[in-house]
Amino acid sequence: MNFPILSSLILLPTIGAIFLFFIKEKDGNNTTIKYVALFTTVVNFLISIYLWIAFDQSTSSFQFIEDRIWIEGLINYKVGVDGISILFIILTTFITPLCIISVNNSVKNRLRDFLIAILIMESFMIGVFCALDLVVFYLFFEAGLIPMFLIIGIWGGARRVYSAFKFFLYTLLGSVLMLVAIISIYWITGTTDVVQLYEIGIDVKYQNLLWLAFFSSFAVKTPMWPVHTWLPDAHVEAPTAGSVLLAAILLKMAGYGFIRFSLGLFPVASEVFTPLIYTLSVIAIIFTSLIALMQEDMKKLIAYSSVAHMGFVTLGIFTLQQQGIEGSIFQMISHGLVSAALFLTVGVVYDRMHSRLITTYGGLVSVIPKYSILFMLFALASLGLPGTSGFIGEFLILMGAFKDNFLVAVIASIGVILGAAYMLWLYKRVVFGKLINEDLKKILDLNKSEYFILSCLAAPILFFGFYPDPLINTIEVSVTDLINMHNTNIVSK
Amino acid sequence: MENLNLILPEIFISLSIMFLLILGVFKNDSSKITFNLSLFAILITAIITINETFSVSRETLFNESVVIDHMSSLMKIITLIGGFLVLVISSTYLKTFKIFNIEYPVLILSSILGMMVMISSNDLIVFYMGLELQSLALYVLATYNRDQIKSSEAGLKYFVLSALSSGLLLYGCSLVYGFSGSTNFDIISNQLNSKEYVLTFGIVFILVGLAFKISAVPFHMWAPDVYEGSPTTVTLFFTIVPKIAALTVFIRFLYVPFLNLIDQWQMIIVFLSIASMIFGAVAAIGQTNIKRLIAYSSISHIGYTLAGLATVSNEGIQSSIIYISIYVVMNLALFSSLLMLRRKDQYYEDIDDLSGLSKNHPLLSLCLLLILFSLAGIPPLAGFFAKFYVFKAVLEQSMYFLAIVGLLSTVIAAFYYLRIIKIMYFDEEKDKYDTEHSLWLKFSLTVSTILILVYFIFPSQLIEVVSRINII
Repeated sequence: MNFPILSSLILLPTIGAIFLFFIKEKDGNNTTIKYVALFTTVVNFLISIYLWIAFDQSTSSFQFIEDRIWIEGLINYKVGVDGISILFIILTTFITPLCIISVNNSVKNRLRDFLIAILIMESFMIGVFCALDLVVFYLFFEAGLIPMFLIIGIWGGARRVYSAFKFFLYTLLGSVLMLVAIISIYWITGTTDVVQLYEIGIDVKYQNLLWLAFFSSFAVKTPMWPVHTWLPDAHVEAPTAGSVLLAAILLKMAGYGFIRFSLGLFPVASEVFTPLIYTLSVIAIIFTSLIALMQEDMKKLIAYSSVAHMGFVTLGIFTLQQQGIEGSIFQMISHGLVSAALFLTVGVVYDRMHSRLITTYGGLVSVIPKYSILFMLFALASLGLPGTSGFIGEFLILMGAFKDNFLVAVIASIGVILGAAYMLWLYKRVVFGKLINEDLKKILDLNKSEYFILSCLAAPILFFGFYPDPLINTIEVSVTDLINMHNTNIVSK
Repeated sequence: MENLNLILPEIFISLSIMFLLILGVFKNDSSKITFNLSLFAILITAIITINETFSVSRETLFNESVVIDHMSSLMKIITLIGGFLVLVISSTYLKTFKIFNIEYPVLILSSILGMMVMISSNDLIVFYMGLELQSLALYVLATYNRDQIKSSEAGLKYFVLSALSSGLLLYGCSLVYGFSGSTNFDIISNQLNSKEYVLTFGIVFILVGLAFKISAVPFHMWAPDVYEGSPTTVTLFFTIVPKIAALTVFIRFLYVPFLNLIDQWQMIIVFLSIASMIFGAVAAIGQTNIKRLIAYSSISHIGYTLAGLATVSNEGIQSSIIYISIYVVMNLALFSSLLMLRRKDQYYEDIDDLSGLSKNHPLLSLCLLLILFSLAGIPPLAGFFAKFYVFKAVLEQSMYFLAIVGLLSTVIAAFYYLRIIKIMYFDEEKDKYDTEHSLWLKFSLTVSTILILVYFIFPSQLIEVVSRINII
């Protein structure tokens, strides 16, 4: 297999974006632009599906590796996938076309620029999940800031400037320490190649500081309490498609980073700092769930629920149990689908009513039943009802947590109840109750494209809720080997 | 017999200067032809430099007072290319202000000559000669738009402060001469030892003088005023070309005569570097004039180049040179786009004038967007790699404090670059600017922006050229 399939995955959206750049934008009629973008992303999705089919599930070693000299004697351009990263790539290629379909209603001006930003963003996000060299990873990780900054800033809501700046500076501040750590790793070990680093290992005396430097970046991006405050702002102000990308994929970069780099490269330090992660995760779960209860803005509520869900993810990763890590990956995929769906459902009513306040709505079930059904499905998936993908993830994480630390698991379980509380309460206030607002009577139910997008998201949520095997099988071997490697490293040091 | 071919570029450029002066005196209406001929002269000088000196690993001339090595030839070439591009994009601006005279190209040529002498100097006296030649030309250039009060003010300020710093520098040189008994760098290097207490003063005076020339904090006060007051094309010249020469001299001083006194100067350089990085980043936040803002941003960029010098390693020197090369390209691109903000013979240079630029001029603002993100050091643009190499060299010497402070100040700096982007992209649009620009201006903007954008595909070439420079 010599065809550079991963590089083509990374490059294709960029090429699509360059094409778009040369198409002139016409007023009113932008179908060509949309179809070019849609075509690119759909092709990318098909390639990634092919990648999944061709992927060998029985081994944990990296596949489809491409290794080219990039900076002579310093950095190689190295990409490859294993069971952990491949799912994120598919998630990315799956969500992006849905985003592009959804812009129909929400983005009014400069559609071409918007789609270019989204496509470039997709390139960078896939790059993050493929990169097998720390510098290449950092490059993609940071580069994603540029299109996202523009997406929030140009097409965002009223306080978009503040949010865009906050998003950019927070993330940049977190990441610069990671750059120091990456260069330090280069000088300590002589390479930034992740596969080689797995073999050589990093001297224990450096691990703690390096771990903290990586942590500073991932914690901001995850986001973990107390550096989560950029997320609600960014989510609320971003246009729907931007929120979807942020919640579904950008946040997963950090979770993925924790698994790939923090656990993989610094096993000893990961053990040392597990209590820190536990504490922050538990605080995130309980605290942000309580905050979510109090929100009056729907997008903000979902943003806080994202923080809580990501709290589960970090908790699961650092249980260092098979179930915990598998559950975390599963939860990230599931949250990618569910939060994307929730933001889109909010987007649907926002496009019609131009209000995100919960109090604007109420009694929607009697006017737009289709919408209400789908919304219910997503709300239930978010709170982790059995039969939806949300349940499997949370269940596995809690199982892992109970094995490792009883107290933490108990507190985290309370978070599940709180999660049900804020989600159901949100649903009740928006969909049930009396139809008071007169404007709501004229509201239209889902149109074709919205119906299509939401069904596309609902299908995998239900499917993987009942039958999680395809996902679990893909990740299983890689996670097992990761844990084995971790344990041998701990024992040998 | 000395091999005069090695200094052929200098000889050629000085002859051209004299010829152009004579031409300007005797021929009426000669500004256009002088301008074109001087461009031609710079090109030929660059070609001669590449031909005669590029493969020379190290040769000395005139009792070892002039040195030709990989560093000097590379820096001369960058200087010449920079000078050429500055000159070539100046014409429209100068014509607008009706200062398109013969003196402008001649002054630029003479300052380039001074810089080339500085770059090649291996002797205190030769160095000082070159420095004064370039400074005197620069004083006049700063006041070049003499009908504007700001320009005259800038020139006067620059003259007074620069003369002061030259005085300090000269005093330092005389102290060093007093202790070593020679003006030759190599001999000084062998003669000096750190036991001499007063010698430290000599070093400090020299470093202060040099820090002034590259406007490192705390000797930066002249830069914002001079940059703002000078004609924009001259500001462009100030921000790139003299910095290259001054940086080369900086490297030469630190690593030839003062090589054995590392413990004396390393702390000073680290301090200059940290102070410049932080101050440049913080002070730029409140600026409303783009040229002033660029002044502060260039201060912080100089901080990063100094960080490379503070490492006392060949990697560090190389990373500084890479940084300054990429910086030259970025600044050239930035000023090219600034020169495009023209409406009916008037140039605009306030940040607010950029408001909503992206709606009326999508391509120009896209270029500016890339340039600004690159200046902020966001990957995958060229500016990131510049910082990456510097911090790689810094961390090799385990100077963690310097690296962390430097990287944190990039976050602060990112704020004001983002502010410009915000104004361009998020704010309401204003009137359209002229879309007619000279071909060269478009050319320099396009080429430099593309270089910034695609640098990450071919990062090895620049490293390869620079890695031949081994001073220590």
